[in-house]
Amino acid sequence: MNNNFMIIDGSPVPIEGEKNLLELIRKAGIEMPTFCYYSELSVYGACRMCMVENKWGGMEAACSTPPKAGMEIKTNTPRLRKYRKMILELLLANHCRDCTTCDKNGKCKLQELATRFDVHRVRFDNPKSEPLIDDSSLSITRDANKCILCGDCVRMCNEIQNVGAIDFAFRGSNMKVACAFNKPIAESNCVGCGQCAAVCPTAAIVIKDDAHLLWQQLNDNDTLAIAQVAPAVRVAVAKEFGYKGENVMGKITACLHRIGFDLVFDTATGADMTVMEEANEFLERLENGGPFPMFTSCCPAWVKYAENEYPELLPNISTCRSPMQMFAPVIHEQYKNCGKKVLSVAVMPCTAKKFEAARDEFKDENGKPYVDIVITTQELIKMIKQAGIVFEDIEPEAIDLPFGTMTGSGVIFGVTGGVMEAVIRRVSDDKSISALRNLAFEGVRGFGDIREFELPLKDRTLKVAAVNGLGNVAKIVERIKSGEHFDLIEVMACPNGCIGGAGQPFASTHEKHKRGENLYKADKLCTLKFSEENPLMKELYSGMLKGREHELLHVNYVK
Amino acid sequence: MSSVLNENFDYGQLDKIIEQHEPTAVIAILQDIQEIYRYLPPEIFPYLAEKLHTSESRIYSIATFYENFSLDPKGKYVIKVCDGTACHVRKSVPILNYLREELGLDEKKKTTDDLSFTVETVSCLGACGLAPVMTVNDEVHSGMTPESAAALLGSLKEAL
Repeated sequence: MNNNFMIIDGSPVPIEGEKNLLELIRKAGIEMPTFCYYSELSVYGACRMCMVENKWGGMEAACSTPPKAGMEIKTNTPRLRKYRKMILELLLANHCRDCTTCDKNGKCKLQELATRFDVHRVRFDNPKSEPLIDDSSLSITRDANKCILCGDCVRMCNEIQNVGAIDFAFRGSNMKVACAFNKPIAESNCVGCGQCAAVCPTAAIVIKDDAHLLWQQLNDNDTLAIAQVAPAVRVAVAKEFGYKGENVMGKITACLHRIGFDLVFDTATGADMTVMEEANEFLERLENGGPFPMFTSCCPAWVKYAENEYPELLPNISTCRSPMQMFAPVIHEQYKNCGKKVLSVAVMPCTAKKFEAARDEFKDENGKPYVDIVITTQELIKMIKQAGIVFEDIEPEAIDLPFGTMTGSGVIFGVTGGVMEAVIRRVSDDKSISALRNLAFEGVRGFGDIREFELPLKDRTLKVAAVNGLGNVAKIVERIKSGEHFDLIEVMACPNGCIGGAGQPFASTHEKHKRGENLYKADKLCTLKFSEENPLMKELYSGMLKGREHELLHVNYVK
Repeated sequence: MSSVLNENFDYGQLDKIIEQHEPTAVIAILQDIQEIYRYLPPEIFPYLAEKLHTSESRIYSIATFYENFSLDPKGKYVIKVCDGTACHVRKSVPILNYLREELGLDEKKKTTDDLSFTVETVSCLGACGLAPVMTVNDEVHSGMTPESAAALLGSLKEAL
């Protein structure tokens, strides 16, 4: 008989390698309340919401107690309910309670748990504290007065992203989350990945909202409003509308048309250009002997991270612009003489794209950014709701001409390893379906931290790697510095790639992986798998881009 | 983070301190630095972050957590007046008030503008038998009164 089980609320639950009671309780189908527990972060044990009572009446925090065979615990006793309610009441005692006007209204963990535990009276005055806003960053907005000090953002920034822009400062009742010397976040080494906002349970860190700016500029007859939609967006929208669909690009296109966009394009088309350019650059480097490894340049948070931490590696970063920033100048060239004011908008899974769009490198001949406004997936969802569109009912529409074609290579850009796979498809000699299938299984796909493999090309063997998340960059850089050779390295700042971007609706790791699978499914359904097969590429390269590839599609980050 | 170094700052001294410690011993390193400067100069933060492979915000976090570390420059003479229970009941407050008034300081402004004197309170120096106690740069003075504090301050001013 298997004795390795414990009793949770009277029922036996087998212990199967769970790290802590909390995981076991969740496995037993009980939703434990927490503010500070995320399975991918270290255990902090700060919020005390996940307390359980043992059979002797002792209280333990489930997140920081390892399971033990024979243990008996209860998760819902009068005492626990009272304590949880008290914690919530005290948190609310110095937290602004003007929920209706809060950015996080309806999505706030504090609000959710206060509702769940029936906190309908707080014995302290509403502090109505003035917001303490830091809106220096183009990616995120902080309000220190809405912080409950759970430390999720600090651990995300330090442990997972290895950036360390924020940390706790001061102590006791003066404690707060801050940059060094309380500097505004824009003056710190923040890379804008936004993962702090993705884990923040309240509105202490939120994505910078540009939707209201966009509303102001839409629906103007003298403006030609153009949207491009990134690959990762299409697999992250449906759930927010309670719609059972996976890839809803057609519906998103229809919604954008309805919202007021004249033209909707797919950033996967831009990604096809990136594949063409990046593959060319890679082949050139192979011919000229380097510099190696060549790093991908699609991810703006990674580029910023490299600028901060490894300026010596900047010559190794591909000079290719990101798909968004390749597509935008092409759109600009196409419509600059259309007689209307062009409003170029990008719908992205990413908060760092807001910062990228404002970089000096990406401005046209008049000093105007190629991309006027970047909205995230979350902002798109909000706008669809604000427009009153019933997502379930809206009929899918096709993207517009003349940029109406994209390939599977462009679509998989949204998942870690995707850029690399697309470039390999381009440079590889074997273009058969079986070669494609093999490639998918050789290690390029998946969600491991650093996935590396070897690839024969003509007379040599290439060593390539995909780095999943900024936290793994230091490891590979160390190996490079100790002499190890890599030819091509893809880096995506957010764990799991763009599908896990901070601009996406909140999702569990499992749900993020599902999004990745759905992008691969979309690739499978694409008739065209190789970027060079995209008829639009042939047209562009023999037309608008002829002789101007470098001017429009490349950038030099080396100062 | 690659940051701009201050040309007028002696980073050699920092290197020596860093060499004497494990890179994880941030507190010990900060203590040694404070020993030299009497506070933690802002220049050290980006430098330490790079050398110790951590972030500026983490070092700032440590420096602000411990009462012992100061981010503000301190005077040549740091006077600590004990205001623990024993010293308090034996009238440490008049001593403190005298010193503050004499030097134009208060609860918020702890250091004179010419960086000569810093006046702080401590919660207990563990020398309750000698109450009321104060220290000047870690030298203990026992059984103080406002008058003896005045005499001490006078001699310190002469020695400036």
